[in-house]
Amino acid sequence: MRRSARRGLAIATSITLLITATACSSDDGGSGRGPVPGVTDTEIVVGTHMPLTGPASAGYSKIAPATKAYFDYVNANGGVHGRKITYKVMDDGYNPANTQQVVRQLVLQDKVFAILNGLGTPTHSGVLDFLHSNRVPDLFVASGSRSWDQPDRYPNTFGFNTDYTVEGKILANHVKTTLPGKKVCFLGQNDDFGRDSLAGVEKVLGAEAVVARETYVTSNTNVAPQIGKFKAAGCEVVVLATVPGFTALSIGTAARLGFRPQWVVSNVGSDHPTLAKQLGDAAGLLEGMVGINYLPMQTDTANPWIQLFTKVNQEHNGNAPFDGNTVYGMAVGYLFVQVLLAAGKDLTREKLVEAVAKGGFQGPGLAPLRFSATDHSGYGGGRLTRVSGGVQAYFGAAYETDEGDGAVNEYTAPPVAPPANGVPTT
Amino acid sequence: MSATRVAAPAASRTAPEGPAGRWQVPTLVRHLGIAVAAALALVAVSYGLEPFRNFQLATVAAYLCATAGLTVLTGLNGQLSLGHGALMAVGAYTVALSQDAFAERGVTAGGTLVVSLLAAVLVTVAVGAVVGAAAARLRGPYLAGVTLAVAVVAPALTVTFAGVFNGEQGLAVPVAPPPEALGVYFPYERWQLWVAGSATLLCLVLLGNLVRSRYGRTFRAVRDDEVAARLAGIHVARTQVLAFVVSAAGAGLGGALLAVLAQSVSPGAFSLTLSLFLLMAVVIGGLGRLAGALWGAALLVALPDLTHTLTDLLTLSPAAAQRLEGNLPLAIFGITLIVVMIAAPGGVQGLLSRAVATLRARLPGRRS
Amino acid sequence: MDRFVFLTLDGLSRGAVYAAFALALVLIWRAARIVNFAQGAMAVAAAYAAYSVSAATGSYWLGFAAALATGLLLGAVVDVAVMRFVDHRSPLNPVIVALGLVLLIQAVLGMVYGNEFRPAQTPFSRTAFTIGGVAALSPYDVFVFAAVGVVGAALAWIFTRTAVGLRMRAAAFAPDVSRLLGVNVGGMLTLGWALASGVGALAAMLVIPTELGLHPHAMDLVFVSAFTAAVVGGLDSPPGAIVGGLGVGLLLSHVSGFAGSDLVPLAVLVLLLAVLLVRPGGLFAPVTARRV
Repeated sequence: MRRSARRGLAIATSITLLITATACSSDDGGSGRGPVPGVTDTEIVVGTHMPLTGPASAGYSKIAPATKAYFDYVNANGGVHGRKITYKVMDDGYNPANTQQVVRQLVLQDKVFAILNGLGTPTHSGVLDFLHSNRVPDLFVASGSRSWDQPDRYPNTFGFNTDYTVEGKILANHVKTTLPGKKVCFLGQNDDFGRDSLAGVEKVLGAEAVVARETYVTSNTNVAPQIGKFKAAGCEVVVLATVPGFTALSIGTAARLGFRPQWVVSNVGSDHPTLAKQLGDAAGLLEGMVGINYLPMQTDTANPWIQLFTKVNQEHNGNAPFDGNTVYGMAVGYLFVQVLLAAGKDLTREKLVEAVAKGGFQGPGLAPLRFSATDHSGYGGGRLTRVSGGVQAYFGAAYETDEGDGAVNEYTAPPVAPPANGVPTT
Repeated sequence: MSATRVAAPAASRTAPEGPAGRWQVPTLVRHLGIAVAAALALVAVSYGLEPFRNFQLATVAAYLCATAGLTVLTGLNGQLSLGHGALMAVGAYTVALSQDAFAERGVTAGGTLVVSLLAAVLVTVAVGAVVGAAAARLRGPYLAGVTLAVAVVAPALTVTFAGVFNGEQGLAVPVAPPPEALGVYFPYERWQLWVAGSATLLCLVLLGNLVRSRYGRTFRAVRDDEVAARLAGIHVARTQVLAFVVSAAGAGLGGALLAVLAQSVSPGAFSLTLSLFLLMAVVIGGLGRLAGALWGAALLVALPDLTHTLTDLLTLSPAAAQRLEGNLPLAIFGITLIVVMIAAPGGVQGLLSRAVATLRARLPGRRS
Repeated sequence: MDRFVFLTLDGLSRGAVYAAFALALVLIWRAARIVNFAQGAMAVAAAYAAYSVSAATGSYWLGFAAALATGLLLGAVVDVAVMRFVDHRSPLNPVIVALGLVLLIQAVLGMVYGNEFRPAQTPFSRTAFTIGGVAALSPYDVFVFAAVGVVGAALAWIFTRTAVGLRMRAAAFAPDVSRLLGVNVGGMLTLGWALASGVGALAAMLVIPTELGLHPHAMDLVFVSAFTAAVVGGLDSPPGAIVGGLGVGLLLSHVSGFAGSDLVPLAVLVLLLAVLLVRPGGLFAPVTARRV
């Protein structure tokens, strides 16, 4: 026998072996499933991608367990239309290459009904086309990017967070009305987060009103050059579009340069417990910091939503530390259950998307959810927070606005209370 | 390049070639034969597998181009590169920009992909030549330092020139659907496997041939002893640059295929971590042979999958699960890396070769 | 001008830490011809030990001592339990083993402490003295310079003035001859690992409070900068590591101050190429290639 043929055979065999090995590990068969992927009479399978490991996982890794805990709570109360929700959480380490793999695994292998709350702009952007061509509902993406609001191109994708431009406008509106004439500076992350936020700030204040604009990259943890420039420019108000680590870093750096402006921080980077933990002994520097949020504050124990979520956290989440990420995760879970109910007992992917686009959902949020046939962005506003005496609390009215040139208006609709047993009924 | 091998001298007849020595088939024909066999096998399995496994296999094929390229550079030419992830990014972004340009002009035919892939290889070759020229002057850790810097720079540049590369969010890669001749319900993932598989087989045939050719021998000569190679009349620097260029072509094609499979590119997918994982993959696979690259590529794809399967196996309290999830598989992978490197420095392919050799020795009266 | 001074001082204080960390890399390279990619992860492990001890005792300095002790011990353990068994004929093998160690250590830290950022204390204030309107150095910066200076001087003294240092150098440069002369080569190697890892732990203790906080990946970026610094200076040269570290620190600060922080990686690559194309063995490589 010729060596060549033998080797060819050997290679072909090893490839076949490899393939059978991978094939064997997939034992699902797909039998017993109804015609709608991920939905049976007793179960709804939903998936997500989240960073559970790696540098970006801090804080975010708590969101999916919280959502899962809320689903477990709903399941314990009889589920939705008799179906229990199974939440498959996949770790992508905030690496877009991994997101590609895990989302395909969820859709093609695990046959999930929908993708819920996939986290991250660069990670989720990469799977939009795949999810669209497979007609998978892609609900409540966990990022404030405006990419999710493209109903024509991605009819099945919906956002959740208040987008960065909207919160930029609301923050700037606060600066304009309560700190008029102050020198305003801006530090943003060097991506769409920083860009969109700056656009919002400039829409309200005017481009010439921002005297210094700086950016940072997450791979460089020294922000002293940027903060030093603000100090030299005599900035009195600094707007930050930063992730928590860099909010803490900026505030800490400014303090050691003897620079104490008024900090005005976007939602992502303004969670007080996270910042205080990171600053440690220097947590006092956060005093007076203005932030923005659209969900109940975790410290507000009088709030019925917080009481509900605390109970769920104790019963189904191993009483994990309760923070803003926990509230966020449970709010996502609550909204998804509302949407499932609205889609009806005879559940299909089309009906789910129709139900979301119909809108009209009210839950723990302080701002309106904007879902409609032409608007796929999530919350359309927020309420300002201030740190005072080491406690972050809301002040003033809630505001809503759009990402265009629309005015920033007060949002006056009264908050709703959660249903008695904590599970939505309609 | 299809030089028939000179018959081995009698003293070195340790390899089990036996009398077949005089029946030599030209290398190119032999490799083409293997490639055709592999292609047939691939088509067969693409029908037997579910879409997700097809996609995974296509991803293995894409990584295989890169790991094979790295094997040529590090295993056969002895140059260490921590920057192959960056070269993959060059290929990926080229294919994205080229496909976008085609789509903008309304050209959506399937043939554009071939042009884009070729462009990706050419651009990466050019970049590889520049890096290689610098690398040829450097040795050991100094080479590692420069390639490491390259690996860090490439993703950063996409942010600096966000106007072209769209920063962290990256670019979409429009790819034509499968040809209509295959039918309307032809699974897209199977088509992806065919595309990636054929490109990779072509790449492997070319690499395999190169390795067996005069150039391959000069690569190894330079790796084994630079002074001796120089005395034998080999231009060492030129050989090293050539090896780098060949390797870059593989990495560029691999990155381009990855972008085509994902239908998008973003810098986060081509971080320093990817470069380091590529290196780990080829070493674990077995550096000396191109076959080792296959195991390496398979490992790169199987790892995240393994991560998930492992955590699924364990039923833990939520608190414990939050800590172990993701971390446990990484710890196991780390230990495996250490143990394999200590117990079997030849990697998987080294182990296999040894096992096969042992088996053969035990089969009495074996005839070729 | 003020800005130039400010950026220079800021860059130097950061560069001092890179210098210390680069020094750790140089120590292992000189002792074992290994670039220790696990240096960062090992240093973070030591910093976590400090965190636990400080949290339990309330004393920064006890934690600091615990970090140094953990660093020394971890270095010795890595050598005796792992690196001793690695086939060093291919220079790649130890690199891959070190990468395996990185994964293992970071995963174990993630399991024990969670993937959250932990605050890192400083023993002195980080608020800068203001001199002539320019925010200059803080007491903490002075502490960093002093710590790095003391370590550099101590290492120089050990290697040039003590018998142990002489034996370590001999064991590294001519192991066989040293063995014949009765030097415990293995022991010297272990000592080299321990020292290097201790210096790495010190660098981590100095730099982590100035970064995002304590995290299993806290030293990843520092490792890249410090490795660059060591390569620029020349991996065989401790003074090279110091100069390289300060140089990289200055470059980082000035480039992000005057040109934008996204250009920093490019500037680092340009620096590396500029130095290495002129001097392929780093700035402080011995000029005579071969000595008899």
